[in-house]
Amino acid sequence: MESKSSQRLKFYQTGTHTVGNRLLDDAKRTVQASINRSNAITSGHRACQGCGEALGARYVLDSAMRVTEGQIVAVNATGCLEVFTTPYPETSWQIPWLHSLFGNAPAVATGVAAAYRVKGRNEVRVIAQGGDGGTTDIGFGCLSGMFERNDDVLYVCYDNEAYMNTGVQRSSATPPAARTATTPAVGDAPGNVFGTGKFVPLIAMAHNIPYVATASVADLHDLEAKVTRAMSIKGARYIHIMVPCPLGWGSASNETIRIARLAMECGLFPLFEAEDGRITASSKIRRRVPVEDYLRTQKRFAHLFRKGHEDTDRIQQLQRMADYNIEQFGLVESGEQQ
Amino acid sequence: MRKQMEGSQAVAEAVALCRPEVVCAYPITPQTHIVEGVGALVKSGKLSPCEFINVESEFAALSVAIGSSAAGARSYTATASQGLLFMAEAVYNAAGLGLPIVMTIGNRAIGAPINIWNDHSDSMSMRDSGWIQLFAETNQEAVDLHIQAFKLAERLSCPVMVCMDGFILTHAYEPIDVPGQSQVDEFLPPFEPVQVLDPADPYSIGAMVGPEAFTEVRYLAHQKQLEALTAIPEIAAEFEAIFGRASGGLLQSYHTDGAETIVVALGSVSGSIKEVIDTMREAGVAIGAINITSFRPFPLEELRHELSEAKRIVCLEKSLSPGLGGILASNVRMSRRGTGLPVYTVIAGLGGRPVTRASLTDIFTRAASDDMDDLTFLDLNWEAINEQLSRARDIRHSGPIAENILRTLNPGGVQDASSRSAT
Amino acid sequence: MFQIRIHGRGGQGVVSAAEMLSIAAFLEGKNAQAFPSFGSERMGAPVVSFCRIDDDAIRLREPIQNPDAVIIQDPTLLHSVDVFGGLVSDGYILINSMRSFAELGIEDFVKSFPKGHVRDVGATELAVKHVKRPLPNAALLGGFAAVSGQISMASVESAIMSKFPGSIGEANVAAAREAFEMVSAGGE
Repeated sequence: MESKSSQRLKFYQTGTHTVGNRLLDDAKRTVQASINRSNAITSGHRACQGCGEALGARYVLDSAMRVTEGQIVAVNATGCLEVFTTPYPETSWQIPWLHSLFGNAPAVATGVAAAYRVKGRNEVRVIAQGGDGGTTDIGFGCLSGMFERNDDVLYVCYDNEAYMNTGVQRSSATPPAARTATTPAVGDAPGNVFGTGKFVPLIAMAHNIPYVATASVADLHDLEAKVTRAMSIKGARYIHIMVPCPLGWGSASNETIRIARLAMECGLFPLFEAEDGRITASSKIRRRVPVEDYLRTQKRFAHLFRKGHEDTDRIQQLQRMADYNIEQFGLVESGEQQ
Repeated sequence: MRKQMEGSQAVAEAVALCRPEVVCAYPITPQTHIVEGVGALVKSGKLSPCEFINVESEFAALSVAIGSSAAGARSYTATASQGLLFMAEAVYNAAGLGLPIVMTIGNRAIGAPINIWNDHSDSMSMRDSGWIQLFAETNQEAVDLHIQAFKLAERLSCPVMVCMDGFILTHAYEPIDVPGQSQVDEFLPPFEPVQVLDPADPYSIGAMVGPEAFTEVRYLAHQKQLEALTAIPEIAAEFEAIFGRASGGLLQSYHTDGAETIVVALGSVSGSIKEVIDTMREAGVAIGAINITSFRPFPLEELRHELSEAKRIVCLEKSLSPGLGGILASNVRMSRRGTGLPVYTVIAGLGGRPVTRASLTDIFTRAASDDMDDLTFLDLNWEAINEQLSRARDIRHSGPIAENILRTLNPGGVQDASSRSAT
Repeated sequence: MFQIRIHGRGGQGVVSAAEMLSIAAFLEGKNAQAFPSFGSERMGAPVVSFCRIDDDAIRLREPIQNPDAVIIQDPTLLHSVDVFGGLVSDGYILINSMRSFAELGIEDFVKSFPKGHVRDVGATELAVKHVKRPLPNAALLGGFAAVSGQISMASVESAIMSKFPGSIGEANVAAAREAFEMVSAGGE
């Protein structure tokens, strides 16, 4: 991550099928670019075509496996990731993995970490993971407890903004106006209501834990760097990753990464890092876009764009949310404001 | 070493002797002294290596133990009442995952109405969870059962809850022999799990199992409990060989030979029952008692054998299944299937109401002459009940029963001066 | 079996008193059981604790309804709580007070008890004198040893020291000893 004083190369390729930055020297290539990556989640899992979470989880764990030389234990909350990776009697996990309950992944991870500590095996690190439902709602109490104790656990939240595994119901991470099965697009205020919702990264920061970051499947280098940074720190750490869900969002399965990028570039999903409660860096938006560009890609927002009945009010409210993020997190280089 | 000490403190020392590696708990009356005791031993370095974790809820407490046990650490926690319910999901989870966690339950009633005193409703709520449930009659037995519990849990890969009556045992001072470390080490080898989370040999634990395999998994869980029916007496014998006293086992009989009436009970009330049995036998009544230690697995065959000569059974229990009747009684009845002999249910001691010799003598005497209803609530205040029922007939009330009764039980009834004891 | 019931208020060490009593009996080779009547803890609220002493193992688990002795740590309870309920007719009473039974309003009541069975002693004053704190429980145990003869003063001292090690224990022992002597000396 850069501070304001240094410059970052703003090069990226669009519309190609290139994988793995062949033009970069080895040291700068992503973990995913290597055929020797641990492939913590191997092929054969039952995720939907285009699943952002499958991608995100593999990105995170392969990075962590490289940094720790394979000394990772994963604890999973109930949810899509747990279900599609372990269709009994098969498993796609190549690492030690435990699924207990929906709401207790952080606490279980605390226990695993304590066991390794008491046995003097300090090289083994614990990663807890869950979706937004298991993290921001039902697991929130345990998450806060783990943060408060500063247990040596990295918690990763894969945020697809609803309870996807049970049929797309609203969670406290569901954005306003989004259609879900429990916030249907009917009535005067279609979709999820405004004025609700939690942004857990800020709550994590309020616990003053050593490291908090947001990341996206659309920026692999950034995600891997953040996991690497997190694994170099002992104590409670939190990474919140936006992972589009084609099924739940009503988006094309080959658009997952592009949609994740649009979420960043319109400002609705800020990328930043924080240590001990203070923001230390944020990713600048390379090419700012209006929220509409992002919203139009997903059927869960289709009701905002009905022909002849465009919901300009709500679209503008969402735009204001994006504007607010851009200001709060310093997402646009000064002088580049649109 | 034999010492006059508080039950909770003795249990804390016993747990520490078992060398737990991870201890986590959330405070709830009446288990607090146990966890505080273990915590102090960890903090002072007397129990080491051990991680003592202060968690934010009971659900977290058992979840931490699940994680640490799955990673191969001997794990312990304690709770009661509301706390046990709060971790209910994790209770079933731990059993289903086959994790040998030991947990103390300081038996306490479950609200509403909130009540901090002793009864068995908490443990009963988890009787189908797959945990082994052992009930201690005395603080000595509580100490011994905890030591046996770790061995039992690890032998069977099944979690064990040791139940001891809140306040009556936890907060009582009595003479207790806490064993020495070398004896416990001889009895209890280090924890060696078969399936464990380890990067050296990765396993996936906790997958979803569908209709095609679930029943088999559940059958095997049942089988494991049946195995415990053998393991429990075995481990009790191993315990006696090293520590020199008989403790634990499935059940104990007290003067059941030739008894026409047999009283069956769980926990500390068996002590009071024995006093009454002695007095009644001196008066020529053919009465005996059975104290059940292992409630789960339930010793159907052993009980059937012990009860085979009796004419009638009285189940005295500190639990209730509203709409049905007794819980212990329903279990005991299963051991009597095919015999058609009476099993009287006596619900006693709910919410900490004292169970007195006088009341026990009265009820056992009535039972011995079959002058008894199928279901009796011991020492029930019939005046209050009948008044409330008749009021309810006239006017429909909603809301909590406790608050409704108050209208009958003279609320805010400050004693007037004239009714105070004369000076 | 000898059963003692102790009445006081939360914060006066009523529970510790029963526990120490049980330790003293244990040290004499007896079996003893001590437990409080439980409630939500609150300073100043009436509390009761119990102690049973017996040569045989004690199996009974019920509050003591017919005590052989009653110790009253707080005389303000005398007319608000039924402190003497169930007390056997030849039982013992020890009250933490320097006032006469007449002043306490129980003169007629105590007449029915055998001579020497009812005593009071200023245990709080002794505690303040020796321990610098108004915690009368240890002193009252010394008084109890004297009035009832059920346990020896030596056992009481050992019990106190096991609960309160160091100089605090010694101070409590001094208070207990003085109470023992005062009660042994006789009179109200």
